[in-house]
Amino acid sequence: MLYSSYEADQALMNTGPKKVILTLFLLFLAFIPLQMVEGIPDLIPGFDFLGNNDWLKLLSTACIFAIGALGLNVLTGLAGQVSLGHAFFMGLGAYTAAWLGAAPGPLAGIGLPMWIWLPAAGVVAAIVGVAVGPTAVRVRGLYLAFVTLGLVFVGEYIFRNWSTLTGGSQSGRTFPDFELRLWKEETPLVDFANDGTWFGVALSGEAKTYYLLVFLLVVFVLLAKNLQRTRAGRAFQSIRDRDIAAEIMGVNEFKYKLTAFGISSFYAGVAGALLASFVGRTIPERWDLFLSVQFIAIVLIGGAGVVTGTLLGSVFVITLPRIVQDFTGWLTEYVTEGNGVFVWLADLLVVTGEGDFGLINVQQGIGSGLSVSILNQVLYGLLIIGFLIFEPLGLYGIWLRIRNYWKGWPFTY
Amino acid sequence: MSGKLLQRRVDRSGPADYDHLMEVRDIHLSFKGVKAIDGVSFHVDDGELFAIIGPNGAGKTSLFNSINQVYHPQQGDILWKGESLMGLKPNHTAERGIARTFQNIALYPHMTVLENILTGRHVRMKSGWLAGSVWLGKAKREEMANREIVEGIIDFLEIEQWRKYPVGLLPYGVQKRVEMGRALAMDPEILMLDEPVAGMNLEETEDMARFILDVQDELGIAIILVEHDMGLVMDIADRVLVVDFGKQIAIGEPAEVQQNPNVIKAYLGEEVEIGQQ
Repeated sequence: MLYSSYEADQALMNTGPKKVILTLFLLFLAFIPLQMVEGIPDLIPGFDFLGNNDWLKLLSTACIFAIGALGLNVLTGLAGQVSLGHAFFMGLGAYTAAWLGAAPGPLAGIGLPMWIWLPAAGVVAAIVGVAVGPTAVRVRGLYLAFVTLGLVFVGEYIFRNWSTLTGGSQSGRTFPDFELRLWKEETPLVDFANDGTWFGVALSGEAKTYYLLVFLLVVFVLLAKNLQRTRAGRAFQSIRDRDIAAEIMGVNEFKYKLTAFGISSFYAGVAGALLASFVGRTIPERWDLFLSVQFIAIVLIGGAGVVTGTLLGSVFVITLPRIVQDFTGWLTEYVTEGNGVFVWLADLLVVTGEGDFGLINVQQGIGSGLSVSILNQVLYGLLIIGFLIFEPLGLYGIWLRIRNYWKGWPFTY
Repeated sequence: MSGKLLQRRVDRSGPADYDHLMEVRDIHLSFKGVKAIDGVSFHVDDGELFAIIGPNGAGKTSLFNSINQVYHPQQGDILWKGESLMGLKPNHTAERGIARTFQNIALYPHMTVLENILTGRHVRMKSGWLAGSVWLGKAKREEMANREIVEGIIDFLEIEQWRKYPVGLLPYGVQKRVEMGRALAMDPEILMLDEPVAGMNLEETEDMARFILDVQDELGIAIILVEHDMGLVMDIADRVLVVDFGKQIAIGEPAEVQQNPNVIKAYLGEEVEIGQQ
């Protein structure tokens, strides 16, 4: 490639193919919900099932997790600080959103519009992140992981007992809907939560929510990408790679670790608010250690320090349970029908009745084997271990290998 | 050679209101019982090439770490343009214009050559994380202006072809050059080089010597050089300090130092008549 300016060389989309592929991909994302609308032709054959409401929900969840994971990627991937406290900051964001955005009722809520509660959720989480940061940035590695682990449990305890805000463990509470209002007027300016018509196209509430979340994700991806290629992003990476040298070269380690904590918490807060509003009703136990681990899994499986990797990781981790479920369901059907070449193999994998032996059990509680949800947790664990050992760059690393192979093809290097 | 870089030659037009650019006054540094530095004093003037030599474990790198305030000497004072550096943080010494390379290369292995050298510009840039995230106006212009400066350094050190490679993948000699580039990017007034030619072959050593002399002559940057390669030190240094077991044993011009009996003793050992004990 020949560039005539440093700006062109350092642009995010610095090659033609990148621009084309990204445009096509964004169009693809835009067309997904339209598959379910009558009168619009099937524009993405083979992927039209993604337009179903349950798949749209999964993709929306993936967008929310991607926003949260982008934050953890700044802290863990760029600045190199492992944090297990992500769920705590998400919880903070969620309850800030609830307090500011939910309609007044038995639980705390003052009914402010979304353009206030969503940024506020991030800001409150970031302030708390910076406040607890000084304790956390003094320790490294495993010790930092334990300090942040403590945060999750302290947070869960507070959320559980602050029942006027969180509703307690029994019933939880509802969160504000995705609706854009100027102030507290009766009818929202834009309603993302319920069915309706946009530009003459009848869309379901799920589709509108999906569009909102994809839009927010694009904004946050841009912010994260820019952060990574500018002064602060380089300072984070220098601390990750060699902290003492970074300090001698003029990077204020304390300040930048704290900044990374703050930015990461901001993303987490926003993601928490989005997740809570998306799910609707949530109990305080939602913000537990497993949620944090899911984020670590996303960052590690996707590829630490790479925005594209984080996105891949989010889609992978969020859709994996669904894929496993569909696959085992199909396997069971296949075995029950009993006419196929690989029935014996499938029979070894799934439990089909009492006394049958198998690895996976789709019939709740009957016979041996792992249930689908346990199987998913086992898979997360295996995948994290596998990626750490075999491909530390994660899914992004696999993509790099494929790309480099085709770059040189048909030569070996 | 590289016009852009030369335009940024350290400006010495005004009268200096300090005696020496850097002055180390009788510093003592000990770790528990071990005395790493035991009373060393020297000064470096503007544009001077000052070398520090001494056997392994003599405290040369500890001296650098003390100047950078990674270590805090228990006694003595380190003056930078007449102002004490004692009690500052390492990043403050960088802001004042003290740049440094390391004995065991301390680059950021996962970042590219370009990014590594750009981190050197950190102290000379201003935009924060928010301006950077939005990538508008000032932050963008600043990035581009600094990219141009970094390209000047890449040109000066002749590492154009590796610009976009992650540093961890590059050969040792190139990494040493990149490290020097990162230090130069700080627009330093003094450059502390910790064994810049250790482990290099003759050709690489000669290249590096040329770069060091260019930095001194063309950019007007003072240099403190720690090195074991006696040929190099005696050839290019203006003055030499010899330390042994943390103690200062000689200081002066290369020729004087070479004749100093204490130096010969430290390097070659003492002559002892066998059978006299």
